[in-house]
Amino acid sequence: MAMNWPAVRAIYVFEMSRFLRTATQSILAPVISTSLYFVVFGAAIGSRMTMVDEVPYGLFIVPGLMMLSLLTQSITNASFGIYFPRFAGTIYEILSAPVSPVEVVLGFVGAAASKSILIGLIILATAALFVPLRIDHPVWMLAFLLLTAVTFSLFGFVIGLWADGFEKLQLVPLLIITPLTFLGGSFYAIEMLPPFWYTVSLLNPVVYLISGFRWAFFGQADVAIGVSLAMTLLFLALCLAAVTYIFRTGYRLKS
Amino acid sequence: MQPILSIKNLSKTYASGLSALAEVDLDIARGEIFALLGPNGAGKSTLINIICGIVTPSTGTVTVDGHDILRDYRAARAMIGLVPQELTTDAFETVRKTVSFSRGLFGLPKNPDHIERVLRDLSLWEKRDSRMMQLSGGMKRRVLIAKALAHEPRVLFLDEPTAGVDVELRQDMWRLVRRLREQGVTVILTTHYIEEAEEMADRVGVIRKGRIILVEEKAELMRKLGRKQLTLHLQTQLIELPESLADRGLELTGGGRELVYTYDSQGERTGITRLLNELASSGITFSDLQTRQSSLEDIFVDLVRERA
Repeated sequence: MAMNWPAVRAIYVFEMSRFLRTATQSILAPVISTSLYFVVFGAAIGSRMTMVDEVPYGLFIVPGLMMLSLLTQSITNASFGIYFPRFAGTIYEILSAPVSPVEVVLGFVGAAASKSILIGLIILATAALFVPLRIDHPVWMLAFLLLTAVTFSLFGFVIGLWADGFEKLQLVPLLIITPLTFLGGSFYAIEMLPPFWYTVSLLNPVVYLISGFRWAFFGQADVAIGVSLAMTLLFLALCLAAVTYIFRTGYRLKS
Repeated sequence: MQPILSIKNLSKTYASGLSALAEVDLDIARGEIFALLGPNGAGKSTLINIICGIVTPSTGTVTVDGHDILRDYRAARAMIGLVPQELTTDAFETVRKTVSFSRGLFGLPKNPDHIERVLRDLSLWEKRDSRMMQLSGGMKRRVLIAKALAHEPRVLFLDEPTAGVDVELRQDMWRLVRRLREQGVTVILTTHYIEEAEEMADRVGVIRKGRIILVEEKAELMRKLGRKQLTLHLQTQLIELPESLADRGLELTGGGRELVYTYDSQGERTGITRLLNELASSGITFSDLQTRQSSLEDIFVDLVRERA
C-alpha cells in the first residue's frame, strides 16, 4: 500500500520544531563543550603530546569528539522523542492514525538523526576554529556520520519505547554509551594500550565506529575499515530487528 | 443500508486478566448519533480504543464502512476522528500547529482553509497562535475536538466529551454535533451525563461490566421504560395516609402537603380516575397537580441497579 508521506513529514516537522525551540541550548551546548575539550586537550595538554600516527593530537581527537556527541545526541533525541508522547499520552493520536510502523520510525528516527548530524557538523565547524582540519575521505566521513546517526537514533528509539521513567532514559547514555565512547578510543588510538586492554577494547562496539570514522579523516585506523563498516551495519541490523519486533508485538505501545 | 460501524463478537481481556469487554455485538447506522452509557469501568473507553486502534482486541471483528480495523487499518482509521477522554496535549505547540499536525498524520495535504473553519467553529481562532499550556482546560478540550476534525472524519468518537466542561462549551459542543450530523457524520459518544444522551442521541446503548445490556431508540426506550409521576398538592396537611389508600403505592411528602403517585404511562389502566375518586370520598382535596415523566437518567439508574 502507498506510504503515508504527509504523516512522516508531520512527525518529522513536529520533532524538528521541538529541537529548534530549544536551539540555543541544543546548539550552544555542543559548541561550548567542544571548545572546552580543545582548550584542555588541544592547547593545554596537546602541545606537550607527540603526534599520534603522524597526526597532531588536537586534530586526532576531532573524530572521537564528533562521535561522542553523535552517539549521545542520537540516543537522547530519539529516546526522548518517542518517550515523551507516551508519557504525556499524546501517543494516542499516532496509534489511532492511518500510519504504519515504518512511517512512525521514519518520522521520529529521521528527525533524531538529522539533529545529531547537524550537531556533529557544528562540532566539526567549531573544531576548525582550533585546528586546521584534514579530511582524506569526505564522502566516507559523511557516510559514517549518517550511518552512525541513524543506527543510534534507532537504538534511542528502542530505549524510548522500553523506558518506563525518565531515569531509564538517562541510564543507557550515561552508564553505557559515555563510558564505551571514552574507552573506545575517542582520545587515543587503542594500539597505544597494553596488549591485554587492547584485546578487551576490541569487544567494545564503539571502537569500530570511531576507528572507521577516524579512517575517513586521516586514512588510518585501529581496525580495518571493512571491519568497521561491517560492525556498524551489524548494529544497524540489530536495532532494526528490535524495532520490528516491538511493533509486531505492540510492546509498550498497545495493550 | 450497510452500517457504518459493525462490531461482531468483540472481547478484550487485558494481560492483567481483567476482562474489559465480552462478546460485544453492535451496529451503528450511517449518520446517527449514538450514546454509550455506562458506569465507570464498564468498558466504554476500551470499546472506543479498540475501534480506533489504540487497544488490540482479543477476539472478534470490527469494520468501519466495510474496512476491517486490523487488516485494512489505513482505510478504517482514515474515516475516524477520536476525541479522547484525557486532556493530553503538546504543551509547547501552538493551537494551529497541533491541529495541522493531526491533518498531516492522517495523510491529508495541508488545507489552511479547513483548519481555519474548524478553529472558528470551535471559537479557537482567536487563540490560534497560543501555546497549549496557556489554555484553560475547556479550551484544551476544544483543541482536542479540532484535532479530531482536522482530517474531516466520517465517524467521530467523543469519549466523555463534557466531563469537567462548563455550560457554554457543553452547549457549543451540542451545536457542533448537530451540525456534524447535518453533514452526515456519524457521532458516537460515551457519557456519564444522561442529559447529554437525552438531548442529542438517536439511539442509546447501555454497557455494564463489558457487556452491552441494551440498545434502543432513545424515544422508544423512554416510552418503554418511562414512568410517570403524579404529584398532588394538598389543601390541608395530612399527618398520615388514610387506611383506605394505604396499599395504592402513594407516597406522602413535602411535610404532609404532597401526595406522589407513580404509574406506568404505557399501562392500559393508569389508575388515576380511581385514585381521584377515592381521594374525593376520603375528603382529601388538592389545590394543584402536576405530572412528570421519568428522565433517561432515572431509566439508566434503574437499569444498572436492576441488573446488578
